[in-house]
Amino acid sequence: MDRRAFVSRLLDNRGDLLVVASIGSPTYDVTACGDHPRNFYIWSGLGSTPTVGLGLALAQPNKRVVVVTGDGDVLMALGSLSTIGVMQPKNLIIVCLDNGHYSASGMQPSATKAGVDLADAAKACKLRVEAVTDLSGAEKLRELLHSGQGPLFIHALVDADDQPRVVPSRDGIAIKQRFMSAIGTSV
Amino acid sequence: MAHWDVEEHIHSAMQAGWPDRIHNVFKRHGIKQVGYVADNGIARLIDLCQNDSAITGVALASEAEGAGLVLGATLGGERAALLMQSSGVGNCVNTFSILKNCAAPCVLVVSMRGEHNDFNSWQVAMGSITESVLTLCGFHCVRVDNEADVELTTDAACKMAFGGGRPQVAILLGQEMVSRTKPKGH
Repeated sequence: MDRRAFVSRLLDNRGDLLVVASIGSPTYDVTACGDHPRNFYIWSGLGSTPTVGLGLALAQPNKRVVVVTGDGDVLMALGSLSTIGVMQPKNLIIVCLDNGHYSASGMQPSATKAGVDLADAAKACKLRVEAVTDLSGAEKLRELLHSGQGPLFIHALVDADDQPRVVPSRDGIAIKQRFMSAIGTSV
Repeated sequence: MAHWDVEEHIHSAMQAGWPDRIHNVFKRHGIKQVGYVADNGIARLIDLCQNDSAITGVALASEAEGAGLVLGATLGGERAALLMQSSGVGNCVNTFSILKNCAAPCVLVVSMRGEHNDFNSWQVAMGSITESVLTLCGFHCVRVDNEADVELTTDAACKMAFGGGRPQVAILLGQEMVSRTKPKGH
């Protein structure tokens, strides 16, 4: 499955969705759909994306939070799946684009290439799991982003390719301020 | 915020009051999310936060998850704090970078290990470099070794973190104070 086409289908008519994208290819995939003030891009700290989504989902229980991440990010933070499983945020969806490789870092194989199953891991951590291997399932999953009960883990098997980078702002403070302005938050 | 008399609470608990005072300052500053990894030294503070309906306590599998939680809470408009022992600081070095890169406010309470007659000598390796590591990660570090200082120091740390020009502040609780005032049974 082409990752760009899949993410594009998921974020079609995205409405009020809040999107958090991990460092590397997921950030490029989300940006390729069009930069958006309700996007937050993480440019460091591989493994942090699921818990950024958790903190945001807990703070904004009436908004839908979509984490777009990859196998590398989730593997580095497998424990965070259990943290999320304990908290059971109903408004959190994790979309894991699993290509079995570290595509933004040299295309080395990841553990999932050797058969480690992140869907099984998510299920064991009390997340609801939807698996998808081709675009025919994208529309149903797009609807789940807006109305499905979380915590939901969408395990998407995507092609191992290094697509052209579509690079958003790397100014963390600017991305943060824009996001918070868009949803009207402050601390 | 509901009425909360910390002196009354400490009296009823019949034990050292520094955890209650930190919790009280957290409430005063509107901290809504507290992420932590279990630790004897801050057990009572963890309990106070977990049992407070105005605070969402999040038991983290690893301290490394804490920075993500804090950044996410910040984006969502909630102030957040982290509680961990000094060994856990070492697990966070890279993930703390997301806080620095985004100037996200974080109040970090660290119970020190390996510095005062710790029964486990292996704790010295991380405990002895904790403050230096935090400083390198961009945290402003303050120490509390006497219970009498805990409220003012925690309050100052929160003020600095939330709009005071030093978004990441760490409060290091000296092991001598923490171990002397452990609740019974810990």
